[in-house]
Amino acid sequence: MERFDYLIIGNSVGAVGCIETLRSFDKGGSIAVIGEEPHHVYSRALLPYYLDQEVPVEKMLYRPVDFYERLGVTPVLGRRVVGLDTAGHVVKLDDGRTISYGKLLLATGGRPIVPPIPGLDTEKENICNFVALQDLQRISRLLPSAGRVVVLGGGIIGLMAAEALHKKGLEVGVVELAPRVLAPVVDEFTSRLIEEAFRRSGVAIYTGTTFKEVQGGERATGVVLTDGTSLPCDLLVVAVGVVPRVDLAREAGLAVNRGILVNQQMETSAADVYACGDCAEVYDFLMGNRRVLPLWPNAYAGGRVAAYNMLGMKREYDRATSMNAMHFFDLNIITAGLNTAGEKDGFEVISRFDAGSRSYRRFVLKDDRIHGFTLVTGIARAGIFLHLMRRGCAVTSFKEKLLEGEFGYLTIPEGLRRELLIDEGVMSEHAAANQ
Amino acid sequence: MPRVVVKPEVCIGCHLCEVWCVVAHSRSKNILKAFLHETPRPVPRVVVEENLPFTLPVHCRHCIEPSCVEACISGALYRDPLTGRVEHDADRCVGCYSCVMACPYGAVVIDEVNRKIARCDLCKEMGEPACVKQCPNRALVYQDSFTS
Ligand SMILES: Cc1cc2nc3c(=O)[nH]c(=O)nc-3n(C[C@H](O)[C@H](O)[C@H](O)COP(=O)(O)OP(=O)(O)OC[C@H]3O[C@@H](n4cnc5c(N)ncnc54)[C@H](O)[C@@H]3O)c2cc1C
Ligand code: SF4
Ligand code: SF4
Repeated sequence: MERFDYLIIGNSVGAVGCIETLRSFDKGGSIAVIGEEPHHVYSRALLPYYLDQEVPVEKMLYRPVDFYERLGVTPVLGRRVVGLDTAGHVVKLDDGRTISYGKLLLATGGRPIVPPIPGLDTEKENICNFVALQDLQRISRLLPSAGRVVVLGGGIIGLMAAEALHKKGLEVGVVELAPRVLAPVVDEFTSRLIEEAFRRSGVAIYTGTTFKEVQGGERATGVVLTDGTSLPCDLLVVAVGVVPRVDLAREAGLAVNRGILVNQQMETSAADVYACGDCAEVYDFLMGNRRVLPLWPNAYAGGRVAAYNMLGMKREYDRATSMNAMHFFDLNIITAGLNTAGEKDGFEVISRFDAGSRSYRRFVLKDDRIHGFTLVTGIARAGIFLHLMRRGCAVTSFKEKLLEGEFGYLTIPEGLRRELLIDEGVMSEHAAANQ
Repeated sequence: MPRVVVKPEVCIGCHLCEVWCVVAHSRSKNILKAFLHETPRPVPRVVVEENLPFTLPVHCRHCIEPSCVEACISGALYRDPLTGRVEHDADRCVGCYSCVMACPYGAVVIDEVNRKIARCDLCKEMGEPACVKQCPNRALVYQDSFTS
């Protein structure tokens, strides 16, 4: 039986975060990554960017083609892991092969949700998910013959797909069950700004409703909404999110809630088995509990922390929380932390909207620290706010300044500024003494 | 990490580092041609903050565990383990601005015209960074040490 010191299931960003860290410290240990998809590691987050193009796979690659070779990693691609024996430290592949491991990382990601609606079946020729390269290839084959498209889901991915399809010249309708788009991510005002940007551009948004049924046989010809509206379509894109892929972990007897449960060292309930990314539930430092955070940086950082602990270098993942950079038409938006919480939940909310520039800033504060922020249009240097939030810095003394467009380190009181910059070597020690 | 370190107490806020950064990243490398004839003109990769009388130039720190690399969805940002530099491959950048969200120093500059980003690349083809060379008051120091 083949054996690897480190074995990773899932060939995506979580795997890369783990591998790059493992190889920074352990040059000799054997590493293998098993991926169900046959491709070299690519970025699914690029799908909306290439929706309007017939893209070669190379455009979507997340790391260069020689990445695994250079880092001495054995890729096992186009193979699915179907069994895990944590006591024996062995996994079983769909071709019957078995591989044993020293340490195992589960980075199996998520599975697209397809709500149980009559006629909604992605086996049909023109109903597509939007999470994998194969979905993109399917959609681009359907595009030349499509004039009207309906997107189910008014979250980030559904909206990005809608914008790209609109720019291709299609007539697009988006259907969202919640009363507003992006409801779990941003406050109501921001939702309205986004809806307005779509409507102005000619994309129809239907909120507070969903499909009652999908019409047509082998080919969907239209949908009927719960409010009775009929929308004919040639293409239907299902983008209502993903659920963690936990079947393997569950069958192996690991502790699983919605996602695979991990502690702050990314260890699952089984010895030598770690998990990260979309398949796991991680500790959110703002919420103070574990939850699924299906976000790119979370998968990478989780993979990195798992790697440290696999190497025996104890590290905790204590900086995870929700965060998104997104853009729709002319709106650039960056959010992080808790943004749907408000005064009634005991938070202080400060905000400013400038009608001329259409820029909007909103901060959610509690216990003298930032718990969430949303920036629309003026997004420059947003990471400084994320930094203040992650470090739990006291901001009450300068909270009004947070709303100013020119916020920077010089807006932060001197003592705190020094602490934030000298530690990290932005300023020299000498400078600090003289300032 | 190789990086530019600042002595804000001697920075006079002249913004020449921004000017020479633009020149260094222009096609002509000539100050007049770069400012008069090149469109789109490169964006300066150093941010000089001003809250008079204080000024503070901020450059990319080439972090050991860069938050920008963690967040970059395209792989355009990566850390070269041999040099310790954090590199940006503009061809692969899709302008998602996840790195703007992630960088703790606000050192990622938005290049809206090209819908890409720019960060201090330490003028890697030129030896010493142009801003360090041109700062009239020696407020910028190039620190070339590399620890993994
Ligand atoms: C269209 C789209 C756009 C997005 N845009 C953004 C964005 O802008 N910003 C952001 O933060 N996030 C974004 N995301 C979310 C982000 O892509 C995910 O959070 C990220 O990909 C999670 O990485 P991961 O490594 O956990 O797993 P995944 O990327 O989901 O990969 C898991 C891999 O494991 C494989 N696998 C699963 N089970 C097995 C098995 N048993 N055997 C073998 N292989 C297996 C799967 O086939 C898959 O290839 C986007 C997602 C989509 C779909
Ligand atoms: S851009 Fe920011 S996060 Fe990235 S290496 Fe530079 S300073 Fe660090
Ligand atoms: S803007 Fe470019 S460099 Fe920055 S995260 Fe997005 S793709 Fe990467």
